[in-house]
Amino acid sequence: MIRSHVLICGGTGCTSSGSAALASKLAEELKAKGLEEEIKIVMTGCFGLCALGPIMIVYPEGTFYSMVTEDDIPEIVEEHLLKGRIVDRLVYKDGVEHEDPNAAASLSDTNFYKKQKRVALRNCGVINPESIDEYIAMDGYFALAKVLKEMTPDDVIKTILDSGLRGRGGGGFPTGRKWQFAKASVSDKKYVICNADEGDPGAFMDRSVLEGDPHAVIEAMAIAGYAIGADEGWVYVRAEYPIAVKRLQIALDQAREYGLLGKNIFGSDFSFDINIRLGAGAFVCGEETALITSIEGNRGEPRPRPPFPAVKGLWGQPTIVNNVETYANIAQIILNGSDWFKSFGTAGSPGTKVFALGGKIKNTGLVEIPMGTTLREVIEEIGGGVPNGKKFKAAQTGGPSGGCLPAELIDTPIDFDTLVKAGSMMGSGGLIIMDEDTCMVDIAKFFLEFTVDESCGKCSPCRIGTVRLLEILNKITDGNGEMEDLDKLEELANYIKSASLCALGQTAPNPILSTLKFFRDEYIAHIVDKKCPAGVCKSLLSYVIDADKCKGCTLCSRVCPAGAISGKVKEAHVIDTSKCVKCGACIEKCKFGAISKK
Amino acid sequence: MKSFEELMAIKAKMQDKVAVRQAADNTIRVVVGMATCGIAAGARPVLNAFVEGVNEAGLSETVTVTQTGCIGICQYEPVVEVFEKDKEKTTYVKMTAEKAQEVIEKHIKGGKPVTEYTIGAAKL
Repeated sequence: MIRSHVLICGGTGCTSSGSAALASKLAEELKAKGLEEEIKIVMTGCFGLCALGPIMIVYPEGTFYSMVTEDDIPEIVEEHLLKGRIVDRLVYKDGVEHEDPNAAASLSDTNFYKKQKRVALRNCGVINPESIDEYIAMDGYFALAKVLKEMTPDDVIKTILDSGLRGRGGGGFPTGRKWQFAKASVSDKKYVICNADEGDPGAFMDRSVLEGDPHAVIEAMAIAGYAIGADEGWVYVRAEYPIAVKRLQIALDQAREYGLLGKNIFGSDFSFDINIRLGAGAFVCGEETALITSIEGNRGEPRPRPPFPAVKGLWGQPTIVNNVETYANIAQIILNGSDWFKSFGTAGSPGTKVFALGGKIKNTGLVEIPMGTTLREVIEEIGGGVPNGKKFKAAQTGGPSGGCLPAELIDTPIDFDTLVKAGSMMGSGGLIIMDEDTCMVDIAKFFLEFTVDESCGKCSPCRIGTVRLLEILNKITDGNGEMEDLDKLEELANYIKSASLCALGQTAPNPILSTLKFFRDEYIAHIVDKKCPAGVCKSLLSYVIDADKCKGCTLCSRVCPAGAISGKVKEAHVIDTSKCVKCGACIEKCKFGAISKK
Repeated sequence: MKSFEELMAIKAKMQDKVAVRQAADNTIRVVVGMATCGIAAGARPVLNAFVEGVNEAGLSETVTVTQTGCIGICQYEPVVEVFEKDKEKTTYVKMTAEKAQEVIEKHIKGGKPVTEYTIGAAKL
């Protein structure tokens, strides 16, 4: 009889910090203690708190252990699993103060989880993603059964429309409308596509859903197929997600074996099956028309819309393309109703949104919050604030298509419309936190470099325009900028936005425009004062030695690789800026804090 | 899968197996003392009896069975404490697997503590 479950995170984050070895060590140890009949090990998807991996949860207590190593396993088995004494030193306790150590260990009490509402991630970190039975135990495939038994395709579409669900891939287009269009298109062959070509740097929401709850996506695609009249689905997922691909494949095989995919599902006349297409990781293939072109076996390039895919999509047939996270919400909406879904979030953006929290923040990882939660709550409460006592400077949302929100806007509620109004966008859910050490011009340059690399080259505004933008940014960070460059940037950015073929080009200038809007003074400092206030842009920095603090220990002159530092023993040293290569070696060595960059 | 009933059957079969992971907002918590003293006095069969009994009674969603360390009254081990929402906790002493079944029947299901096994009856 199993009395306790030990859940170990098998997401990409924790796998890379060694969770697989942890599981086998635990199995060994349980066997040695004769507990293998009482304690079950379950590999799950991502819990969200990736910064503290590998993560392990022990039920029924719900004890949350973080940064567990193989050496900790014997102690956990001996103390906790055998004797019931929680290993306090390994328990994650952020923000929880309780006298009772058992209570302190509960996951839902921590600041990181307290404010979250898990809909799309409800099974991630709860079930074993490689077991269809566990998914069914969590009401899995009940939504599919419900639509096939009780609902007409129009009922399904109406429920999704009423729920107000908007596409979670970034655009925020109402999902129900997309389905409505596809249903209205007359054809004997239609397709359902799942867009799992997650490309924003630092974003991993879709990967985590596929890794942690692949059946949720499969079930939702079948529901979509029933709603629009399609019998074939495609998941377009990048080959860089091997764990996600493997678990999706296992899930598809299991669903077929149970007859939840295939012919006459639940004895109805509805048949549906799903294929996987691996993408090579081109950013542009996240754009729906480029994705469709890529599935067809051609070079992934977008084409003009209209016709929209709902009219003319994959192989010329009506097609819907939805994002992984969008699908992850569908079964819950069918089971609980549209009013339930609308009870979270804001009027214009109901429901929740998953964010990949990264950058200068304590709790990096995956969070799911109700729409309308403020940036402050996410950063300070869930994220645990900016580490090392630094000041919060800006939050970047929407990846290379989005923008930066400055500290003044920290009380902005996060939803589709407020972010656009604030000059950024929701995007697929990357949320990068920056502190005072981040140079905003450098950040704009980083994202531009990405879009220049990823532009497919089909249309000239994007292919040539983004390169010109990057050249101007490089000119500014090299110290050769002129004030007219700012006007040129803005003018060119607006042309690219309005003339590009697809969203990649149309949104590529956003990082520049939003940083220009909120951090114009930083651009001016680079151009007029030839200074980088954050101390990032190398060409604009010079290293100086404070003569009062320098004791003349000669350490710096000995480590300088360029021979740029001179001075006599016990006398203040000087840096010859013409020789200095700005490597920073002297700053690291100086024991008196006498060297600084200005 | 040809029918909804098949799906229901899988769910019913699996439910007990995942219930242990549900959020611990349960109304009743059964805590078995499993320190060295408890284990030496025979707490393991007691713990197993509770886990099995609760599952068999189909109560795994509302009752959590878990273990804890030494409560400090080692001569009365195995000790089992039952916590109910908004009620005072009940402490059972010198438990056995048989007594455990009785506690499940009368206390967990019936709502009436089995007074003769409690610490009050043991005349501390």
